[in-house]
Amino acid sequence: MQDDNKRFVERDRNWHPPAYAPRYKTSVARSPRQSLVSLQKPSVSELTGPDFRHLRMGAHDNDLLLNFRENPALEGQAGLPIGERMIMFGRVVDQFGKPVPHTLVEMWQANAGGRYRHKKDSYLAPLDPNFGGVGRCLTDEQGWYRFRTIKPGPYPWPNDMNSWRPAHIHVSVIGPSISTRLITQMYFEGDPLIPICPIVQTINDPDAVETMIGRLDMSRSNPMDCLAYRFDLVVRGELQTYFENQ
Amino acid sequence: MKQPNTVPSSELMLRETASQTAGPYVHIGLALDVAGLPEREEEIWNQLAKPEAEGEHIEVVGTVIDGNGDLVRDALIEAWQANAKGEYQPEFDLQKPFNSFGRTATTASGDSEWTLHTIKPGAVTRSDGKVMAPHINLAIFARGINIHLQTRLYFEDETRANAVCPVLNAIESPVRRQTLIAKREEADGKIRYRLNIRLQGEGETVFFDF
Ligand SMILES: [Fe+3]
Repeated sequence: MQDDNKRFVERDRNWHPPAYAPRYKTSVARSPRQSLVSLQKPSVSELTGPDFRHLRMGAHDNDLLLNFRENPALEGQAGLPIGERMIMFGRVVDQFGKPVPHTLVEMWQANAGGRYRHKKDSYLAPLDPNFGGVGRCLTDEQGWYRFRTIKPGPYPWPNDMNSWRPAHIHVSVIGPSISTRLITQMYFEGDPLIPICPIVQTINDPDAVETMIGRLDMSRSNPMDCLAYRFDLVVRGELQTYFENQ
Repeated sequence: MKQPNTVPSSELMLRETASQTAGPYVHIGLALDVAGLPEREEEIWNQLAKPEAEGEHIEVVGTVIDGNGDLVRDALIEAWQANAKGEYQPEFDLQKPFNSFGRTATTASGDSEWTLHTIKPGAVTRSDGKVMAPHINLAIFARGINIHLQTRLYFEDETRANAVCPVLNAIESPVRRQTLIAKREEADGKIRYRLNIRLQGEGETVFFDF
């Protein structure tokens, strides 16, 4: 059977944000009131997940500087988005530090002015005709992933009278199983909006917030070109339980 | 090796990266067409089964409803299911007739339904030999959802299999088990199953931890 001798480290629900976090107002009506039902014995349904090695990707799917043009006739510098050029890179590892190879990492973000290319975003900052805001790639053999993009701007949103999101990039990772599935956001080291953001503050443990901070890494930045931020993703660790069925 | 943005939970273990809401613009990243973005070479979307896929072809539809009874119009849903023989097909390949994984979203306008075009999964046998009734694993992501919600969809016409399914029976309240059972409808010559996901309050859907 596909699920023999496999288990994942239990997800610590006190580490993650609770469903009900009233300072983030939208969570109030969208959080279950009943307890989660714990599956005492995860099965093949939970212990497996999709493998995207055969998903055909475009040449620039991980390069947000090049993967969108409102006017495809524009080339070179005329077709580049406005903003601070940057590399976002890191490693997907499990809780035991084991690299997670060939897993799908997806990201999306606002442009340099804090505006999303989305039907429903009507913030007054302008759209950038050369920026779409979406990227995806597979991790390599050692779990590394890499995107090239521009640094997103902070943006206001209706929550308190004056709530602003710190600059952030939304990040989605699959991992080896649907049990490791995770969506998070990368924030930028030192941003003063982080400690006052109601969404960041849905998390109770300051150490958990630290796991979402992208760190400036000068050694990976390209001189006269772009800065680099490192953001490692840790997914649930896989345990082997040799004796369970014997 | 110490990771720069990770905190070990013990000498041996790193802590999982914390979850954050997928937010209102999740579509830009995971449902490009819904955001109004041009699609890429291949997208992961809601057709799990092509016409030539083996099995009973079905449509699975539903809504997502919040604690006020309002439609959630910005939810993204991921599906993971076995094929007609009850086997998962981890290798995702749009060239194949069937994939175990798919994505769908509720819509901003109209009746705000999510839809999957798939085949009815077979029963799945656990490693302890117990047989789980045919089901589709669903994960729900949205603005206001801080960590995705995990549930299962079962089929109304699998009465006997449902009655002995070890996972359905792990739900203490028989009344709450019903929140996972999709209703069968036949419309325009298609077999359709409907499940409305209620995030909170009366008829709240059962969500799992695993
Ligand atoms: Fe955002």
